[in-house]
Amino acid sequence: MAAEDGAARARWWRRLSQRVSVSGGAFAGQLRSRLLVWQRLDDDFFEALTEVLLSADTGVGLAERIVGDLREAAARGRVHRPDQAVALLRATLGERMARLPRGLDLVGEPAVVLLVGINGAGKTTTVAKLAHRLRQEGHTPLIAAADTYRAAAVEQLQVWAELAGVPVVGHRPGADPGAVVFDSLQAARARGCSPVLVDTAGRLHTRQPLMAELAKVVRVIGRQQPGAPQEVLVVLDATTGSNAVVQAQSFQAGVGCTGAVVTKLDGSARAGYVLRVEEELGLPVKLVGIGEAIDDLGPFEPDAYLSALFGDVTAPTAPAGDAGAPA
Amino acid sequence: MFDALTDRLTEAFRRFGAKGKLTAEDVDQGLREVRMALLEADVHFRVAREFIDRVRTRAVGAEVLESLTPAQQVVTIVHDELVALLGGETRRLAYAARPPTVLMTVGLQGSGKTTTAIKLALLTRRDGHRPLAVAADLQRPAAIDQLEQLGRANEVPVVRPAAGSGTGPSATVTVCRAGLTEAAARGCDVVILDTAGRLQIDGALLDELEQIRGAVPVDETLLVVDAMTGQEAVNVATVFRERAGATGVVLTKLDGDARGGAALSMRAATGLPVLYVGVGERPQDLELFHPDRMARRILGMGDVLTLAERARDQVDRAAQQQVEERMLAGRLTLDDFVAQLRQLRGMGSLESVLGMLPGGRQLVRHGGAELPDDRQLRRMEAIVLSMTPAERRRPEIVDASRRRRIAQGSGTAPADVSRLLKGFGQLQGLLRGLGAGGGRRGLARRFLPGVPPGVLGR
Repeated sequence: MAAEDGAARARWWRRLSQRVSVSGGAFAGQLRSRLLVWQRLDDDFFEALTEVLLSADTGVGLAERIVGDLREAAARGRVHRPDQAVALLRATLGERMARLPRGLDLVGEPAVVLLVGINGAGKTTTVAKLAHRLRQEGHTPLIAAADTYRAAAVEQLQVWAELAGVPVVGHRPGADPGAVVFDSLQAARARGCSPVLVDTAGRLHTRQPLMAELAKVVRVIGRQQPGAPQEVLVVLDATTGSNAVVQAQSFQAGVGCTGAVVTKLDGSARAGYVLRVEEELGLPVKLVGIGEAIDDLGPFEPDAYLSALFGDVTAPTAPAGDAGAPA
Repeated sequence: MFDALTDRLTEAFRRFGAKGKLTAEDVDQGLREVRMALLEADVHFRVAREFIDRVRTRAVGAEVLESLTPAQQVVTIVHDELVALLGGETRRLAYAARPPTVLMTVGLQGSGKTTTAIKLALLTRRDGHRPLAVAADLQRPAAIDQLEQLGRANEVPVVRPAAGSGTGPSATVTVCRAGLTEAAARGCDVVILDTAGRLQIDGALLDELEQIRGAVPVDETLLVVDAMTGQEAVNVATVFRERAGATGVVLTKLDGDARGGAALSMRAATGLPVLYVGVGERPQDLELFHPDRMARRILGMGDVLTLAERARDQVDRAAQQQVEERMLAGRLTLDDFVAQLRQLRGMGSLESVLGMLPGGRQLVRHGGAELPDDRQLRRMEAIVLSMTPAERRRPEIVDASRRRRIAQGSGTAPADVSRLLKGFGQLQGLLRGLGAGGGRRGLARRFLPGVPPGVLGR
């Protein structure tokens, strides 16, 4: 989303942090009521911290690593009080998230963005919202309705696409998704559209045949359009637990992902697994969904997210103007 | 399902197993492992802590330390507490004394409400009722179409809102009322309301649910929860119980590698019982949730009852008996073999079937038994189906030329054909031995007749 101007980015930044903070109040509240109440950084404090992290779905392993680091910092005298420890936690998380590039690669004629994920993660709405956003930014996207399995998936996409003002190429239910993709790429070339956003059928990552089908779709794309797909994004639901990491891992192994999309981040789940997806799998979260409206999807801004989570929405870190373009 | 948890728990118990007598320290160490296993399975951290405390109290009280086989005692305690955690008794759907019974599915977006609504309809039909579904999800584009298509495919009547009736709460209430009227007219005694998915923070949509409940007498409000939900599951369920009057839970997508934390936390943290679990994509893939059986499955002790039920649903008994007789006489044909393969596939993946046998999971993991997956089974089927009737009756006539033709017809390699025929030959020998020994017992032989591991492994 290179073309985005600073004002628009700042607006999105504020909206993201507001949505998360409204629902994320629980996390900030826990920090206050369960951590800041301790006098010292003793075992009780670290035990409580572990549970607060667990409640945010970081998983046991990551929670223990984070707590271990903080214990060490305390032992070395770098932090003495709970508020300092929480501040260090916030800073550590910020550092951990700052490392990966988050821009979308949309260079290609056409470029292809493939969305994959399990049933109900929010692929179809993500495709529609992404189409809308890219159009706003001056792209001419085309949607390939390659979810030929779920009843009424194409209809759902058409309703959304109409809102976004983006053409949809689809076949009859039960058609070969490879064929849909093939036709979509031809249509995109004929009309000069790019990127092609491919909605795929939701599939549990444990189903080998379905994973193979997805790999075939990727091959069809690659044969027809060298260098494509530029992006393969695995769509994850924020309310999912540690299984999200397994999902991302399976899709990465099956079709090779370039990043993740986290949907429903405006709910009260904290999606702590994001840290593990980024660190353990090296998959950056590129987009987040924060609501049901068509413009409720945008780039992930770790800082906005953390500010909201830690309850310091007013922190003066909102980007001004062209500070560090996200792409 | 629960595989990761089962494996971790088995590891934890192995520690106990090595000791003849347990010290309080051993128990502590082992329970720490159990706690880690629970947390990794996404069990709510508070539920995990309380669970461990209860087990420890019982285990450390002389009960275990003085017993002869402490490890077994601990496993027994964990089992009992697990059953209690999962809700104790099996909770069945409460049909209304005076029909119609009105069921309402509620839940977060993407949890699988619409699919579950149809699965519930089929389930009530299996119970001898006449279900009707109402498309009351006016928020999601095309949700109505989805329900209607599923309804048509499964012969469940679906009531949809009148064209142009809007999407507000009043329109929702209207279509629910219309559903009841229609049900009465058609003589349907179960009405299933498929409501809009919602984020729990969305007060407006929760209000809509309240309005529906105000206007229509709902007997069961079933919260549909994705089994992969993390720590949030408990909060979601609490809100839906308090604000939407949820009476029970249906867990979906338990056929993936869901760790089951939601299933384990739900009852303890919210008081809501789990009624059903979704175990597959097919409309009939909804099973009654039995806490005791689930606990046994989680602990790797097998769930023979569910397996037997599934087999009963799949198997044509008379045909099966004939096959068995031929089998024991050493006259199993390749056609019988294919029929067995199909039955097996109908029961779910081989791994899931084995997972329900006591120790089956361990067999899969440690026994080195490589199981043919669904694709391989299908390929084996294709090979047999590419053979002529004569070849199926007398596989020994298959020569190199026939083998090549069969391979081509089934899209496999000649070596695959050879391997299948060889395996089949061995199988027949094996069965003939069994028949001679009069061995008519053993669940594995009964339900997995065609597939002793190893024979069909690649």
